[in-house]
Amino acid sequence: MENHENIIEVRNLVKKFGSFIANDNLTFNVKRGEIFGFLGANGAGKTTAIKILSGLSFPTSGEVKVAGFDVYKEREKVKKNIGYMSQKFSLYEDLTVRENIRFYGGIYGLSNKYIKEKTESLLERLKMNDIQNSLISSLPLGWKQKIAFSVAIFHNPKIVFLDEPTGGVDPVTRRDFWEMIYETSDSGITVFVTTHYMDEAEYCDRVSIMDQGRIEGLDTPEELKKQFEAKNMDEVFIKIARKQ
Amino acid sequence: MNRFFGFVKKEFHHIFRDYRTMLILFGMPISQILIFGYVVSNEITDVKIGIFDKSKDNVTQEITNKITSSGFFILHENLNSDKEIEKAFKKGVIREVIVFESDFAKKLERDGTAGIQIIADASDANTANIVSNYTKAIINSYVKNELFAKGLPYEIIPEVRMLYNNSLKGVYMFVPGTMALILMLVSAMMTSISIAREKEMGTMEVLLVSPLRPLPIVIGKVIPYMVLSFINAVVIIALSYFIFDMPIRGNIIFLLLETLLFIFMALSLGILISTASNSQLVAMFISMFALMLPTMLLSGFIFPIENMPKILQWLSTIMPARYFIIIVKNIMIKGSGIGVIWKETLIIAGMTVFFLVMSIKNFKVRLE
Repeated sequence: MENHENIIEVRNLVKKFGSFIANDNLTFNVKRGEIFGFLGANGAGKTTAIKILSGLSFPTSGEVKVAGFDVYKEREKVKKNIGYMSQKFSLYEDLTVRENIRFYGGIYGLSNKYIKEKTESLLERLKMNDIQNSLISSLPLGWKQKIAFSVAIFHNPKIVFLDEPTGGVDPVTRRDFWEMIYETSDSGITVFVTTHYMDEAEYCDRVSIMDQGRIEGLDTPEELKKQFEAKNMDEVFIKIARKQ
Repeated sequence: MNRFFGFVKKEFHHIFRDYRTMLILFGMPISQILIFGYVVSNEITDVKIGIFDKSKDNVTQEITNKITSSGFFILHENLNSDKEIEKAFKKGVIREVIVFESDFAKKLERDGTAGIQIIADASDANTANIVSNYTKAIINSYVKNELFAKGLPYEIIPEVRMLYNNSLKGVYMFVPGTMALILMLVSAMMTSISIAREKEMGTMEVLLVSPLRPLPIVIGKVIPYMVLSFINAVVIIALSYFIFDMPIRGNIIFLLLETLLFIFMALSLGILISTASNSQLVAMFISMFALMLPTMLLSGFIFPIENMPKILQWLSTIMPARYFIIIVKNIMIKGSGIGVIWKETLIIAGMTVFFLVMSIKNFKVRLE
């Protein structure tokens, strides 16, 4: 945490859907290079917030800066600097592994040569050389998850948003996946991850916990546990939820 | 541009790797054209007709009255020369012209026989057939009830002539209809389903997060379907021309341009449907029940619009296919140019703009 440069700055973010307030006056910063956990129960407003940060949705009011650009006015610049992986591991089922990588590389405007070289090294690293020409639909979930993540950071974004990236996979695969997140973080990419698995919260550098549209706690896992006098993040979470 | 081509290429991969899509795209046109060969219809009401009375005597007046008071026909215009008949048909309002030969009453008295010519617009074969039969029946009953009853052994010989489609071929009916249906299916339904699939799979979010702007995304998704729709249209026209001897009397380039316009309309409708549906299933149901069935039933493709209850007739006016069918029939069978079908062309163009504006609006609402 010696680096204090903020890569995401959110000031008084409000998002309303009619009279329903999904994000109620959020203010927080994410520092460059950290793994930032964005926690909360289903319906707490995590997905809404991540959609605003990644430019999929506009805030009702407030100021949001991602990678130094205003999400409202400089959407295109923001888009070049972020990667996004949805909870559905969004890949094209009827395209092969290689075609998916090729396609996603292509929409970021990377050169053919670059895509080719990077695809080779990526397949090597994922040990997927044998299945590079298999259709995605034939692969197990854990493999899809790894490919989806690799694709999201293929264009070397400054930040990658992971929206519940570990939903539906077994604990071993989840563990493997967190290894990938650490590697990514080590290479300098900021990781913004939402989850509702509290054990995963322990893996993050800093964690924010949302409840009913508001941020109720934001600190390192250790500090949060101290602050709420809890043994683990699970307890922290329950204390926050019960407070209402 | 590189990005964009990659996108289009990906879309073609989707299409060519899904055998169901392929079946709909290439099996449909051929099977449809063969299936819709036999179309039946039943009754007519308020058919607009023209009368060319060369005689203008009391008998022709009486017969005219019988015909116009029957409830089946409305006298739309009185014609004064043979030339006007062709012109009247080209305007597309009247379906039939009745010609009384000169000195009708005199001939009837002198020779005991006189002739009536019934000319029907047979570009719509069913209607033409029915219309001319009704006319014949009215004339026959006039002879029976008015002349025979008075003890006058006169005979009136109706002579029926089918204009544009002498042999009353059903193919003239269903080729334009099938084209409309297939283009609706491929363009509107397939586009809406393929966009809805991206939403369902979550890939649409990933695309929207990328530097690709929404417009190229939509265009990239639509282009393959446009190309395939156009190929389909050409295949249907070729099939009907070479196998069913359907004429192409008008300008073929003009016909293809009108077809392209209709494809644009269907694509924008497909985009609109996809903005309203989040899953392939919803997109499919909307396309099926809001597009396919009405297109088949209300566009005049299978059932003559004249026979429908008033409320369905109104409904049929918002069916884009209705106008396209009129356009195709006019160009292929009558050889008409833009002068005759500018109104229909304008309506389809208007609908295209409307659907596009609505889609953009819907899309923006979703982003807010």
